[in-house]
Amino acid sequence: MSKQPILQIENLRVSFRIHDEYYAAVDGVSLTVNENEVVAIVGESGCGKSALALSIMGLHPLERTKLEGTIAFKGKNLLPLSVPQLNQIRGKDIGMIFQDPLTALNPLMSVGRQIEESMDYHTKLSSSAKRQRTLELLKRVGIPNPEKTYDRYPHELSGGMRQRIVIAIAIACEPSLIIADEPTTALDVTIQAQIMGLLKELQQQMKTGIILITHDLGVVAEMADRVAVMYAGEIVELADVNTLFSRPLHPYTRSLLHSIPSVQTRKEKLHVIQGIVPSLQKLPRTGCRFKSRISWIDESEHEKNPILREVAPGHWVRCTCYKNFYFPQDNIGDMNYGIS
Amino acid sequence: MAFLKVNHLKVYYPVRGGFFRRVIDYVRAVDDVSFELEQGETYGLVGESGCGKTTTGRTIIGLIKATAGEILLEGKDLTKLSRREFYHYRKDIQMIFQDPYSSLNPRKRVLDIIAEPLRNFEKLSPQEEKRKVQYFVEKVGLHPESIYKYPHEFSGGQRQRIGIARALTLNPKLIIADEPVSALDVSVQAQVLNFMKEIQKEFQLTYLFISHDLGIIRHMCDRIGIMYRGQFVEEGTSEEIFHDPQHIYTKRLISAIPNPNPQHRQEQVKLRQEIDKEYHNSYHQYFDAEGRVYPLKRISETHSVAIP
Repeated sequence: MSKQPILQIENLRVSFRIHDEYYAAVDGVSLTVNENEVVAIVGESGCGKSALALSIMGLHPLERTKLEGTIAFKGKNLLPLSVPQLNQIRGKDIGMIFQDPLTALNPLMSVGRQIEESMDYHTKLSSSAKRQRTLELLKRVGIPNPEKTYDRYPHELSGGMRQRIVIAIAIACEPSLIIADEPTTALDVTIQAQIMGLLKELQQQMKTGIILITHDLGVVAEMADRVAVMYAGEIVELADVNTLFSRPLHPYTRSLLHSIPSVQTRKEKLHVIQGIVPSLQKLPRTGCRFKSRISWIDESEHEKNPILREVAPGHWVRCTCYKNFYFPQDNIGDMNYGIS
Repeated sequence: MAFLKVNHLKVYYPVRGGFFRRVIDYVRAVDDVSFELEQGETYGLVGESGCGKTTTGRTIIGLIKATAGEILLEGKDLTKLSRREFYHYRKDIQMIFQDPYSSLNPRKRVLDIIAEPLRNFEKLSPQEEKRKVQYFVEKVGLHPESIYKYPHEFSGGQRQRIGIARALTLNPKLIIADEPVSALDVSVQAQVLNFMKEIQKEFQLTYLFISHDLGIIRHMCDRIGIMYRGQFVEEGTSEEIFHDPQHIYTKRLISAIPNPNPQHRQEQVKLRQEIDKEYHNSYHQYFDAEGRVYPLKRISETHSVAIP
């Protein structure tokens, strides 16, 4: 089974200017997305997962951002492209699904027109052909009455319906890559289940690659083929979804999995990860970045210059601290980290 | 006698229109809801957005006026009290809000934020007040010196704990927590949830926990009420709701929770499809002609379901 890579990110660094100095929010990330594959990126807020996604779309403000490395889409590096050149690709070959469907849609335009808009730019279809295609798309994303919905405005639709419209816009030009940034976070569980089902179905039909950004590990378990766990701008663990959930190695992954309340098993107490994600300016740039949050692990367990290593086929882990990692018996002490 | 008893609570909002903007209809945000809370337990109110769970919580604390029904706190009906009489009960019920970013005044120091309820209800000297505030600040795990800081200097989890400290200052008996962790990251969420459990034991608190996240509800609550369009669909212990759901709506809600085991992916999808099918086929057994659920019927000591 040979898969065609559609996106190859090589050693990407995304730095933002804060008070005349650049700080890297994404620091040396390499990641490949193949066709017909869902790659999930997980981590707490401030880990750089959204910064990574926006840099693929070229949506960072250019005057405050420095991008280094390569983002090769079907073999073509996107970073040196000008805005008009990028506009040829985004919306057409790369679609994006945003978190909040209400702010992602234009309140003054009917949803049908909004779906057609990307076809205006990227295709030479006649207006009746565009309308035809829009109605097909509305049907495809499971909207019960496409003709009626075509002339509706976003405020007339429920949250789940709006997210379906956002998805319809993203797939309007049959992109080969979709970036979904927290696609179900703003939705209720039943609607979330429907949207996840829809995305999975569309992905299998169109053989699209999807980058799924989320902090919900349940969604990851249901959707993803491979998972990249990000912490403080770096990928700390990368594995296929079964391995990641059955044999997580990096302390950060294991801590995350321990801290979610589960419906299946009831724990008396949830695991708490000490401390917080360091802010961009305070981020340690050398050594294991997760060190300060697992302070009970001896200094000698960490590497000086941790790199992502392949420990089993397809399973990559950063730093050596995972080898002798354990959870402390009691983490009541966590409450007292205060503000230093 | 139950600690808190909500009896046939209704909250209707009038819809005006037509000639002279007369009341033509009502939005039934909460429609005949009854439940009881025992002292020291955690009761979960679950449902999708718009089902009336937040309105129920806000009506109990007095932020919204009830249209009809009773709210009995230790036998005293709060809805019949005048403003002045209600004053005495107000300190027994406190609230933890959803968003720790908008529920703290950015222009006040932590000291003033936490002391505000004290200043409303107790006459304390500045020293006493400060001591009390510091006591609670330490209880929620923040540094005592942090009382001179402003909310923006804290992280989301720390802010939520400031909100909890504020709710604790008057030794309340009942705390209404409306989505207390949904704005927080998983790791911080765990911290706040653990902490809420700890202080529950320490201060003998009763929680009314409102959330749409069933994982969190399962973790926190002893008993659960599921709401749909302003009415109760099912009520029971945590075990009963999660392992033996009776109403199709509850079944659907539970099957929609993402399964954290990727190996069960196929089964989960299949289960969802089956339940969806059952939902469509047996819709009329569970919902009346207007799409509302039937009144609750008791099927065991603790378990009630809305079936005809």
